[in-house]
Amino acid sequence: MPEDSILEVRGLRKVYRVRASRADPGPAGSALLGHPLARRQRARALVAVDDVSFSVAPGQSLAVVGESGSGKTTVARMVVGLERPTGGTIWVSGQERSWRHVTSRERRRRAREVQIIFQDPYSSLDPRMSVRGCLDESLRLHFDWGRERRDARVAELLDQVGLDRRQAESLPRALSGGQRQRVAIARALASEPRVLICDEAVASLDVSIQAQVLNLLSDIRDATGVSYLFISHDLAVVRQVSDNVVIMRRGRVVEAGPTASVLSDPSNGYTKQLLAAIPRPGWKPTRSASPDES
Amino acid sequence: MARVEAPLVAPTEAPSRRRLDWVLVSTSSVIALLVIMAVFAPLLAPDDPNYANILATNQGPSAAHLLGTDSFGRDLLSRLIYGARLSLLGPALIIVIATLVGTALAILSAWYGGWFDRVASRVADILFAFPGLIFAMLAVAMFGPGLLAPVVALSISYTPYLMRVVRAEALRQRNLPYVAACYVEGLRVRTICTRHILRNVMPLLLVQAALSFGYALVDLAAISYLGLGVQPPTPEWGVMVSTGQSAILAGHPQESLLAGLMIVVTVVAFNLLGDRLATRQKGVVRA
Ligand SMILES: Nc1ncnc2c1ncn2[C@@H]1O[C@H](COP(=O)(O)OP(=O)(O)O)[C@@H](O)[C@H]1O
Ligand SMILES: [Mg+2]
Repeated sequence: MPEDSILEVRGLRKVYRVRASRADPGPAGSALLGHPLARRQRARALVAVDDVSFSVAPGQSLAVVGESGSGKTTVARMVVGLERPTGGTIWVSGQERSWRHVTSRERRRRAREVQIIFQDPYSSLDPRMSVRGCLDESLRLHFDWGRERRDARVAELLDQVGLDRRQAESLPRALSGGQRQRVAIARALASEPRVLICDEAVASLDVSIQAQVLNLLSDIRDATGVSYLFISHDLAVVRQVSDNVVIMRRGRVVEAGPTASVLSDPSNGYTKQLLAAIPRPGWKPTRSASPDES
Repeated sequence: MARVEAPLVAPTEAPSRRRLDWVLVSTSSVIALLVIMAVFAPLLAPDDPNYANILATNQGPSAAHLLGTDSFGRDLLSRLIYGARLSLLGPALIIVIATLVGTALAILSAWYGGWFDRVASRVADILFAFPGLIFAMLAVAMFGPGLLAPVVALSISYTPYLMRVVRAEALRQRNLPYVAACYVEGLRVRTICTRHILRNVMPLLLVQAALSFGYALVDLAAISYLGLGVQPPTPEWGVMVSTGQSAILAGHPQESLLAGLMIVVTVVAFNLLGDRLATRQKGVVRA
């Protein structure tokens, strides 16, 4: 694999076994509906990700774009080890990470390479753990530091993500969505990863807050040299944050290349459609109109 | 959509913090009093609970015996106070055992899923189908009568119930993104299960433990009443209801009645407490 990439994915594939819906009785036919045997037969394969390849260079930002259900989250979950790929290979810092069994020691090592920020800031923080507890937990896990050093680092992380130090003792429920997302970013940064995956990280925030968080992410990149895998369905956001872009549709990559050229001169019909749907200046996205809620 | 939920949280929770919750205060006080009674029985009881004065049987309340005497001439008040010991210890043991085992199995099932979950849930279903009394009879046959047999039996029949309730909530927590975040952070599974999932199912666990305590007490009393549990003359409320029965026909219902009253008061206190904790939690953030 090429040495100049920090994250490389080749031929990635994920097939879920799902139970067929009632409208689709499957090969067993409707006579067996509800029978335990029929249930097994009604399981059908859902190809969520199909032959996806891309690579991210150190300090670079790659956007993964596609409509809801196109497999973006599944790719991210496979990269961080939350989901086991059905096929294909993932390399991070030149090391393969698609093994079957991973020890907790290996998981701890990998945590220092890739971290993820989820879409929904209301459920991605433990409701019973304070901001300090959350950040300190990660620091204790990854560094052999004393109490004072960790406290200093917590304060530094809070500063870095633009949170007030007094908010360290708050529980998530005392924070707004934007503030929670900042905590999630701080937690992801605590282990000093080389790649940060943002899975629709700003999609559920108000537009003004979105811009702040996007600026924050770009400041973080300047300060730490972290690479981004930036998942979004919003091309306006993608244009702002990414160097390269991968367009996904139904689990497959339909177009890839430098963001500027893909967005200005799309070769694929689907990309053209996506671009046609892009907001013109003066257009205000409404939260309810957001197509991706998952 | 969780983000719509969140702003609703603050207003529902704030008042419950400020205002004094009388149900919570009174039920906890009653329970605290019962526990004090059990622990300090030798200090509080005016008499030896087992001293039988054959010359003073079935007496009404008097200065010497505030609640009267039973059919053996023993001081009823002292017997009720001492009776709190075994009557509370039994359900406490059952709830502790069933909660520990049930919660451990529930969280492991929720985390690992697969065959472990299937086997555990199936075994729980099977145990669930047996009434506790059948276990109690089997246990008495094995261990002989006393406190041990019914405690073992009821622990086994309460475990699947607690496991079921906790498993559903643990599973919900396990699928929330914060648990995924913990995993990606590299936390050990053990740490995620105890520090995060267990901590988040704890409120539900307390409610279920409080409610189950009441049921366990009634079940134990029934087993004692049938003569399968603690044996007379040991003071225990269920036993007292049973031994007091013969005196009822002779027009002296006080022993059965007072012991029964203690059972009812304790059960109601625990049930109200459990109920109250449950309603309070509905106002608290569920994400
Ligand atoms: N755990 C799962 N089990 C079954 N199907 C799943 C699972 N996770 C995702 N899928 C399916 O995989 C497809 C891709 O989903 P996802 O990766 O979440 O898309 P995106 O993030 O682009 O919206 C969808 O059709 C979704 O229903
Ligand atoms: Mg998604």
